[in-house]
Amino acid sequence: MAGRLEHPGYDEEKLRIVSEQLPCREVQAGALLSLMGQPQQYCYPSLFIYGHRASGKSHVVNTLMKELELPHATVSCVECISAALLFEQVLLAFFGCDAASLLPRSPSLSDFVRIYRQQASQSPAEQTRYIVLEKAELLRDADANLLPALLRLQELVSIFLYSEIVWDKFRPNTGCFEPLLLHFPDYSKGELQQILSKDRHPSYSAEFYSSYVHILLGVFYAVCRDLRELRHLAALNFSKFCEPVAAGKAKETDAHKLWKNIEPHLKKAMQTVYLREVSSLQWEQMEEHDAGALRGLSAHTHVELPYYSKFLLIAAYLASYNPARTDKRFFVKHHGKIKKTNFLKKNEKTSNHLLGPKPFPLDRLLAIFYSVVDSRVAPTASIFSQRDMSVKFVLITCVNICFPLQIPEFKVAVFLFLCRFVLFTSFAL
Amino acid sequence: MSKRKVKDTHLPIGECITQVHHILRKRFCHQQLPDAPEGVEAQHRHLMELLKRSAVHGESNSVLIVGPRGAGKTMLLRSVLRELAEETEVQKNLLQVHLNGLLQTDDRVALKEITRQLHLENVVGDRVFGSFAENLAFLLDALRKGDRSSSRPVLFVLDEFDLFAHHKNQTLLYNLFDVSQSAQAPVAVVGLTCRLDVLELLEKRVKSRFSHRQIHLLSTLTFPQYSERVRAQLSLPDDFPDAKFAQQWNAAVTTLCEDKSVRDVLQRHFDSSKDFRSLHMLLMLCLSRVSVAKPTITAADFLDASRSCLADAKANMLHGLSILELCLIIAMKHLNDVYEGEPFNLQMVQNGTAGDRDYKLC
Repeated sequence: MAGRLEHPGYDEEKLRIVSEQLPCREVQAGALLSLMGQPQQYCYPSLFIYGHRASGKSHVVNTLMKELELPHATVSCVECISAALLFEQVLLAFFGCDAASLLPRSPSLSDFVRIYRQQASQSPAEQTRYIVLEKAELLRDADANLLPALLRLQELVSIFLYSEIVWDKFRPNTGCFEPLLLHFPDYSKGELQQILSKDRHPSYSAEFYSSYVHILLGVFYAVCRDLRELRHLAALNFSKFCEPVAAGKAKETDAHKLWKNIEPHLKKAMQTVYLREVSSLQWEQMEEHDAGALRGLSAHTHVELPYYSKFLLIAAYLASYNPARTDKRFFVKHHGKIKKTNFLKKNEKTSNHLLGPKPFPLDRLLAIFYSVVDSRVAPTASIFSQRDMSVKFVLITCVNICFPLQIPEFKVAVFLFLCRFVLFTSFAL
Repeated sequence: MSKRKVKDTHLPIGECITQVHHILRKRFCHQQLPDAPEGVEAQHRHLMELLKRSAVHGESNSVLIVGPRGAGKTMLLRSVLRELAEETEVQKNLLQVHLNGLLQTDDRVALKEITRQLHLENVVGDRVFGSFAENLAFLLDALRKGDRSSSRPVLFVLDEFDLFAHHKNQTLLYNLFDVSQSAQAPVAVVGLTCRLDVLELLEKRVKSRFSHRQIHLLSTLTFPQYSERVRAQLSLPDDFPDAKFAQQWNAAVTTLCEDKSVRDVLQRHFDSSKDFRSLHMLLMLCLSRVSVAKPTITAADFLDASRSCLADAKANMLHGLSILELCLIIAMKHLNDVYEGEPFNLQMVQNGTAGDRDYKLC
């Protein structure tokens, strides 16, 4: 089923190694190789590769570059917070640290191109050099001239950009040198099965593992097609799957029993697909001690707070989610009628809960606090310190930096269920 | 005797294909200059005369070459310069300074670059100049010939001319045009830009010093001319080592260009853009499919290449989403319509899909 990569100008043995490392990506690797051509031929000045996460973009390119020993510089744009880092890495990869040290203190693109040309004329290459830029969408946020200039940098250099975002979002307003676009499609279900079956456990047979992968894919394919995530899930849940076989209760071929064993487990795992609330090690430890409920961080509702902190929390919640104009109605004994203005009528559709908590100033918090607390409370230092504690425990967060003349503003940082929990437990008396 | 030898050289097929790749890749990827300008003869002549007057007779000139991206502005300039360089007088005298708006983002940087390209770093040394104009005047003064009778003509080529217009006070442009208008030194300023409205970007004092000479490269190709150009770009030159192979190849290309499906593909590309660059991209994709196993370009190659050129990238990305993610996108689209473009957040989207399933996603 797998086609062989063939290209004159590259060693056949090396190509064979490459095609072994790139399952299900032969078509794309072949297309890339044929565009690159032989090492001493010209390649198209810039190439843009796009595709989903974990669709093999960087794996294919890096494998090709490494195995075929092509002169290349791989730079991740996440690391290059300034263009100078990018220039340094490219010069370092191609010409060594002497060239990189020629760059002035805060090099401009002009300096980089000049030094590059100088070095290239001193050590002329017969092979095309490649600059590979990962996460190229961050280049859009750099200087406006960086991306168009890089695309035009011909002179025996070819730029490979890859990103998850399509090229239409990259174009500068006056246009630029358009790169060749190459799409890496997502893996189909069969391909995912093939790739996942590759990391099989040594003590079990290949068919056992691939039946496990088949079950896993059947459950998770509709939710998540990301290869990285699926590998993580496969690793996490495999021990549970083998339990009956290890305990001797079932044989490897007892598909029905194994499915019944694993099904509730997978259902629970579905709740936290991308969240990675627990690392694989923690998971295994939890499975040993607590054979029962699955508890991630979101399951912790048990919170002990001092007396006044509970009221502060409730006051903060009320302050965040009720607009300021309703305070008079809720907290003052004798309030007048509130006329519904046009503004209110228009925005009735959006519930405040959907929009998230709003910031409120400190004196509003204290005002609501004093009206909520039953007994008369003096504004002592203990109240303020409890407020500080609440901020530290991220129950409420400070929204603006406290300048001397400004009142600090806060927002509540917990959900409704926690506040209700606090409310009901504290008022059970 | 030698003629017969050349006719009989037969290279093995692998060698031929390598040679074909080499030649055609140079043409598509490296922007090799064509031997004769196609379709831009009038502009070529115009520019040639202008630069000759500057180089040989010491006349100061300024001109802007305006055309959309990929129309061949740089190609035109380079072929004119190549022709000029064949005249010995020009070769001796004319100095060239190439500036690019993308690289020289500041007037200071531009001035340093000019100094460097004129090889005057030693002359300038550590001098401090009061103003840009002084600096430029000093540089041009330093270029006077030995008998101090006249200065050598300098050609300034400004790529991405519109970006220079965004510099502070447009000092570089002002000074260059000023020098070209006054009788200080013979300068020719050639600007290349893709913006038609470039003159609106110039300040009044800069605009008045500009000669308002513009060369437009708006393509007036018709479809037959376009397909002729395709055929010419794919054909091998006469000096190909294996003449028989070259003949076969060229004949195959000619039949290919008359094939109905290929003509449809070309018509589609012609309707969207007529410039060289997109043509080269399409032909490069076709060329990449030529190998020893398949030594010719077929109509299927053209169709495949066209499909990948014109593919809808967003549809491709949508194809790779899981069902859950697609539900989220549908909910977002619905919310976008309901809220008429106002912002919304993930909570609202999740609310919209709450009816289906209850998954937590980060």
